[in-house]
Amino acid sequence: MSVALETRGLCKSFGALTVAEQINFRLESGARHALIGPNGAGKTTFVNMLTGVLSPSSGRILLAGEDITELGPAKRVKRGLGRTFQINALFRRLSVLDNVALAVAERLGVASRKLRAASAHPEVRNEGMDLLSTLGLAEDASQRILDLPYGKQRLVEIAIALGLRPKVLLLDEPAAGVPSLESHRILQVLDKLPRDIAILIIEHDMDLVFRFAQRITVLVQGEVLVEGTPEEIGRDKRVHQVYLGEQRHA
Amino acid sequence: MSTHAGGYSADPRIRRVEWLPWIVALAGFFLLPEYLSLGARILIYVLYALSLDLIVGYAGIITLGHSAYFGLGAYVAGILAAKAGIADPMAQLAASAAAGALLGLVTGAIILRTRALTLLMLTLAITSVLLEIANKASSLTGGADGLSGVVVAPILGLFKFDIFGKTAYLYCLVVLLVGWWLIRKLIYSPFGTSLTGVRENSLRMHAIGAPVYWRLVLVYTLSATIAGIAGGLITQTNQFVGLNVLSFESAGELLVMLILGGVGRIYGAFVGPVVYLVAQDLLAKQFPEYWYLGIGTMLVLVVLFARGGILGIVDSLIAKLRRKA
Repeated sequence: MSVALETRGLCKSFGALTVAEQINFRLESGARHALIGPNGAGKTTFVNMLTGVLSPSSGRILLAGEDITELGPAKRVKRGLGRTFQINALFRRLSVLDNVALAVAERLGVASRKLRAASAHPEVRNEGMDLLSTLGLAEDASQRILDLPYGKQRLVEIAIALGLRPKVLLLDEPAAGVPSLESHRILQVLDKLPRDIAILIIEHDMDLVFRFAQRITVLVQGEVLVEGTPEEIGRDKRVHQVYLGEQRHA
Repeated sequence: MSTHAGGYSADPRIRRVEWLPWIVALAGFFLLPEYLSLGARILIYVLYALSLDLIVGYAGIITLGHSAYFGLGAYVAGILAAKAGIADPMAQLAASAAAGALLGLVTGAIILRTRALTLLMLTLAITSVLLEIANKASSLTGGADGLSGVVVAPILGLFKFDIFGKTAYLYCLVVLLVGWWLIRKLIYSPFGTSLTGVRENSLRMHAIGAPVYWRLVLVYTLSATIAGIAGGLITQTNQFVGLNVLSFESAGELLVMLILGGVGRIYGAFVGPVVYLVAQDLLAKQFPEYWYLGIGTMLVLVVLFARGGILGIVDSLIAKLRRKA
């Protein structure tokens, strides 16, 4: 299987504080991979380096074999790297449809046009509506994000990322803040995502992680502790100690 | 009037109510001939406020230095007319537009790398620097005495500027109409929608691959171009340029007008200057020393009770009436 995303010796330090240490990571094409770790393990820092929000202190990032380490966030998106945010990063006063349409328009190269009205681009609107239908949000298309329940806002996060038709999708805690009864809805949506997208999910909800992921990487204090299938991770004593153990005691 | 925002489901057709400002402007021409010079000034400030609304209301760029582009446009038209012997109003206006655009592009490319308070201070610095240059270059600008001797030939060789201000009024009205049409078109376009996206969440715009910085530079340049044209118009109608066109007070006054009318609504830029300049005219006649108190009170009331400006009040009243009906 080909590699969709890879990091080689990725490090990040803020002064004397090292938050990522020699991370070697591979995400196979079409994979369902989870990144877990206790609070402060460096998961979000890792995602921010992958997406170009943070520059690594050293190491390389390769997308489909191409070195993207020096590219800015926008260029990485154009090459097929999409993400969602741990805390909703939506266009709060815009409609649900416009939230998704903005992403679709960027991908189609429509967003810079100035002479024709936005509504005169039915290809953007139709694709946006198709995406919303897939995610069960069609009825909310004209609602403003501000007026939408939080669980649905999390789905809009995913819809925006899908509007970019990414080859690799990084989901930063897609179920964060969603009541456990509603998180199954998020899982249903994740299960239906196209198989050609390689997905890396960063999540605290272990139930969701173990049901969704085919492989799991455990990050502790900025280093990869272990990687394996959910069964292997579930059996690993070190993981129990540093992570799952914490949950049991909680 | 409601809020005018682009979007992929927004209907871009001009609504009936949008003809109202133009009907009022034409009615004013026929019914209030003694106020045409004030009218022309209002029309120019509407264009100037529209240019500000484009960046503040739609793109979310906060500025206290928009007078830099207005003032530069005013001086370029004035210097061409008074010093270079170019009296053709269209050529003057084109030069004002080009100067505004160039300055907008150069300064925008520098300052739009910053945000919030830093950006605000830089916009203020730009207009302050230009003011000082205009003050010192008195051989060209007339310095503190202002630039007089501005000669403006008949428009298209046909319409001569008259002492009653009729030609100036209609000329400003036509330029405003063109500016309004362009800005409205831009707001409803995908580009305009993406600007609203930047205003709402620039982090997410980066994350969907939008070239946020360049979009902001472009809209800033367009806005500066329109402000430059407005500056050119003020020179042509006054046939004089004073240092005040570049002042911080001028930029602040414009922002107050826009807030009064309503930010990010297109027509707030129409209502604000009308209310502000008419109130200024009336209050200055009644209370020559204290007229600013009236303007200040009005602004305090709007900020406290009507965040959407005067048009915001109109919107909420209409919404209440609809709920009752």
